[in-house]
Amino acid sequence: MSNVLELKSLSVEFPTRRGVLKALDEVSFSIAAGEVVGVVGESGAGKSLTGASIIGLLEPPGRICGGEILLEGRRIDQLPDDEMRRIRGREIGAIFQDPLTSLNPLYTVGQQIAETIVTHLPVSWAQARERAIELLEATGIPAARERIDHYPHQFSGGMRQRVVIALALAAEPKLIVADEPTTALDVSIQAQIIELLKRLCREQGTAVMLITHDMGVIAETADRVVVMYAGRVAEVGPVRDVIHAPRHPYTSGLMGSIPSVHQHAERLVQIDGAMPRLNAIPKGCAFNPRCPQVMPRCHLERPELMPAGSSRAACWLHDKENA
Amino acid sequence: MKGSLAKFWEGDLAWSWRHTPVAVVATVILLVMLVSAFGAGWIAPHNPFDLATIDLMDALKPPVWHQDGTAKYLLGTDSQGRDLLSAIMYGTRVSLLIGLASVILAMLIGIVLGLVSGYVGGRVDALIMRVADVQLSFPAILIALLIDGVARAVVPKDMHEIIAFPVLVGAIALAGWPQYARTVRGSTLVEKNREYVQAARVIGISKPVIMFRHVLPNVLGPVTVLATVHLATAIITEATLSFLGVGVPPTSPSLGTLIRIGNDFLFSGEWWITIFPGVALVLLVLSVNLLGDWLRDALNPRLN
Amino acid sequence: MNSPSTPLVEVKDAARWFDVSAPWLERMLSRKPKTMLRAVDGVSFTIRRGETLALVGESGCGKSTIARLLVGLYPLTRGSIDFDGQPLEDMNGPNGLAIRRRLQMIFQDPFASLNPRWRVGRIIAEPLLAHTNMTPQEREARVDELLVQVGLHPTDKDRYPHQFSGGQRQRISIARALAVNPEFLVCDEPTSALDVSVQAQVLNIMKDLQRRLGLTYLFISHNLAVVHHVADRVGVMYLGRIVEIADRDALFNTPLHPYTRMLLSAIPDMQGSGRSRTPVAGEVPNPLNPPSGCTFHPRCPFAREQCKQEAPRIVEFNGAQVACHGVEQGWSMVMDQQASHLK
Repeated sequence: MSNVLELKSLSVEFPTRRGVLKALDEVSFSIAAGEVVGVVGESGAGKSLTGASIIGLLEPPGRICGGEILLEGRRIDQLPDDEMRRIRGREIGAIFQDPLTSLNPLYTVGQQIAETIVTHLPVSWAQARERAIELLEATGIPAARERIDHYPHQFSGGMRQRVVIALALAAEPKLIVADEPTTALDVSIQAQIIELLKRLCREQGTAVMLITHDMGVIAETADRVVVMYAGRVAEVGPVRDVIHAPRHPYTSGLMGSIPSVHQHAERLVQIDGAMPRLNAIPKGCAFNPRCPQVMPRCHLERPELMPAGSSRAACWLHDKENA
Repeated sequence: MKGSLAKFWEGDLAWSWRHTPVAVVATVILLVMLVSAFGAGWIAPHNPFDLATIDLMDALKPPVWHQDGTAKYLLGTDSQGRDLLSAIMYGTRVSLLIGLASVILAMLIGIVLGLVSGYVGGRVDALIMRVADVQLSFPAILIALLIDGVARAVVPKDMHEIIAFPVLVGAIALAGWPQYARTVRGSTLVEKNREYVQAARVIGISKPVIMFRHVLPNVLGPVTVLATVHLATAIITEATLSFLGVGVPPTSPSLGTLIRIGNDFLFSGEWWITIFPGVALVLLVLSVNLLGDWLRDALNPRLN
Repeated sequence: MNSPSTPLVEVKDAARWFDVSAPWLERMLSRKPKTMLRAVDGVSFTIRRGETLALVGESGCGKSTIARLLVGLYPLTRGSIDFDGQPLEDMNGPNGLAIRRRLQMIFQDPFASLNPRWRVGRIIAEPLLAHTNMTPQEREARVDELLVQVGLHPTDKDRYPHQFSGGQRQRISIARALAVNPEFLVCDEPTSALDVSVQAQVLNIMKDLQRRLGLTYLFISHNLAVVHHVADRVGVMYLGRIVEIADRDALFNTPLHPYTRMLLSAIPDMQGSGRSRTPVAGEVPNPLNPPSGCTFHPRCPFAREQCKQEAPRIVEFNGAQVACHGVEQGWSMVMDQQASHLK
C-alpha cells in the first residue's frame, strides 16, 4: 500500500535567546492511504508541532532543521508559501481543537465551505454550494439547506465541529490532520464526532492523522498509533498491540495510569517525575530518569526505533544483539 | 541586594533593554538630566537665584560659540544676567519634581479607587466611574486652571507662593487619576473571578486583604506603562501652565516658565533664552516617552 | 459535634439562579421579562463522613456551581445546606472562621488557582495566617510538613508558581487546602487539566491523604473513568438537577436513568472490543431555555407524553435514587441489555 504521508527523521528547532531548543528530534512514521494513525502523547511531547509542520503552519521562530516530509512521495517541507497554500485544503485538510477559532465569524458557513471547494476544484460557485449542502448533510447537520446560510456563532459547539469537518473534507483531500478534534466537546458529543469522522473518512478513503492525548479516542478510532515523548517517537504499532502489549516502558506506564470503568484499581500506575523540558532533555534515551527498567546503556546512547513484536519501540530492551 | 541586582541583569527585561538601542539612548539622556537636575546644587556652574552672583552687566550674553559669548556662560544669559545653563538645570528639577509628584498622587488615587470600584462593584463602582467620566470630559489644562483660579481667589496673596506647588501637583493629579482608575478597574474585574481569588475567599480572607494583597500585585502591570506616559504628560501640562503664568511662581521657575520668559526676546534676536529651555523640555519628555514605549513592548507577554 | 451517624454534609432542595437579564432600561423598552439562569435547580444529597461522593455531568449541568455553593462562594437562592448539623450560612456570621476551617476547596485550573505573585510558601501558609496564631517558625515547619506530604520538597516554598508544572501546582493547591486540617474537601475537576500520567500521581496522592487523614471528598468531574476510580457514591447531573445517585458499582453496572446509560456508553472503549455503540443523540440544550417537564426528554429514547409535561421526582429504586418516570413506572427497564453492553 502506498503511503500518503511519510515523515523521515523530521527535526524541528526553536532558536531562543538562551540557545536552540530541539522540539522534534528525528521523528519518523508513515500513514498509508485510508489509514487512521493516532499520534498520542502528553503536553510537550511534540504531537501538535508534528501536525503543524506537516500542514506548513509552523510558527516562527520554529523551523524545520532536518529530515523530510513526503506527501505521496513528494517533498513538501521546503515548498514556498503559495504552493503550500495550494496543498493545504486540496491535499491536506485540517481540524483543530477549537471550532470557534477555526471558522471565520464574519462569513456564513456556506460561503466558507464553497470557497474552499471553488479554490481547489474546477467547479462553479453554484455547484460548490450544492456540494457544501451535501457535505453538511453528510456531517449530520439537520436542515442543511437553511443552515448553510447561518454564521458560525449560530451553531452549538458540537455542530460547529461538524462544520469544521465538512470544511476539511470539502476539497476531497487525501489526508486529514486532526489536532485534538474532540477535546473541547462534551463526552456525549465526542462519541458522535468520532463516529462521524471515522465513517466519512472510510467512505472517502481519506487517511487521518489523529493527534490527541486521549487514549480512549485512539483505541476506538485508530488503526495504528504513534506514541511520542519529549519530541521523539517512543513506540509505533497497531493500536491493539500498543495498548494491550506495550513494548516501551513509557507506553506501559501511560496505559497503566489511565483509570478504567471496567476494573477497579486501588492505585493507578504512576510514572515518577515529569516529562523533561526541551532545554533539559537527558543524554541517551530521554526517558531514562523515569524508567523502571533502565540500563547503563540508556544513559549513554539514544535508541532508535527497533522491531519489537509487531510494533517498533525506541528502547534498548529490544536490541536483539544485546539479548 | 547584590544578588537580586545580578538576577535582574540576567532577566528578560534587562536583556530587552540592552538590545533596544532607543531604550538605552533614552535612559542615558534621562540619567544625564536627572543627575544634572538633582545635583544642580553641586554641579551647576552658577546659582541663578542668588542675587549676589548676578551681574546685570552680563545680561543677554549669547552662547559660547557666538563671537560675543564667553565660557563663563555656556549657553548665554537672560535679561537679568542669569546663567541659562544653570537655570535650565534648576528648572528641570522643578519640572521633574512636579511631574513625579503629580504622577505618584494620581497613581495612588487612581489605583485605590479603581481597585475598590472593580472589586466591590455595584453602586460604588457606578459612582466612581461616573465621577471619572465627568472628569475625563474636561481637558487637564482646564481643570488645572480652574483649581488654580479658585485657589488664588480663596487664599490670601502672601500664601500664594507656598500653596502654588501643592495646588499644581493636586491639579495635575486630579486630571490624571481617571486613567489609572479605569485600567485598574478593568484588570480587577478580570482578576476578581480568577480562581486564586476564589481560593482566598474560601479560606476566609477578608475583602480588603484580598483586594490589596492578592489582586493589587496582579493589576499593577499596565499601571507602570501608564505612569511613564503620564509622567511625560504631567511635565508638559506643568510647562504649559507655567507658560500661561498660572503654574509655578517665578521665584522657582520650571522649564515652562523659562520658555515663557524667553519668549518675549525671541524675535528681538536673543533666541537662546527660549530655545534652550525648549530643547531641554523636548529631550526630557521624549526620553520619558521612548522609555515608556520600550517598557510597554518589553512587558508584553511574547513567545520566547 | 453530632453523632458520627449524622451525615457530614446535607443538601436539601438547593437552588442557585443567576440573573442574566438585559440591563433595566433595555428590558423596560422591549418589555422583556427577567432572564434567570437556573444553574442549580433543586438538588438534594448527603455525604457521609469519610466517603467520596462524585458529581458527574456535562457542560451546563451545574456541578461547578454546586461546588461553589458548598464552600459558600455563592449564596443559595433556595433550599439549605447543612455542614455537620449547622447551616452553612453560619460561615458568614461571627463564628464563620471556625466553620471555614473545616472545609476547603481545590480548583480545576492549576495555573489560575495560585497567586502568580506570591511565593509557594506564602500561598500554603495563608490559611494558617487566617485561622491560627502560629509563630512564623511554627508556620514554616507546618508548610514544610505539608510540602512533603504532597510529594514536594521543603525548598520549593521559596519558588514561584510559574516555576512548577501543572501537576506540581495542583499538589501545592492540595497542600494549601490541607493546611488547617479540614475535614471536607470540595474538588472541582482537580485533574481535568492534567496529563494522564500526572493525573495518576495526583489521584494517588488524594487517595492516600484521604486514608491517612480521614477526609471526606466531594469530587466533581466530567470524566467517568476518573470517577469510577475515586468515588464511593456517584451522582449524575443534567441541567441543574440530579437524575441519579447510587453506589459506585451499582451505577456503573446497573445504571437506571437513560442519561446515565447513554453517558456510560459514550465512554471510549479502551478494550477495543469493537462493540458498536449508539452515541447519545443531540446536545445539551441551552440552560437558559430548558425543555419542559423532564429536561432530558428531547434526547431520551423512552420519552413519552408524561415526560414532556411533568418533571419527575426522585424515587428510591434498589438502593439508588432516580428521577425518571420510566424507572418509576417500569417502562424503561432494559437492564439486561445495558449490563452486557458494558462488560
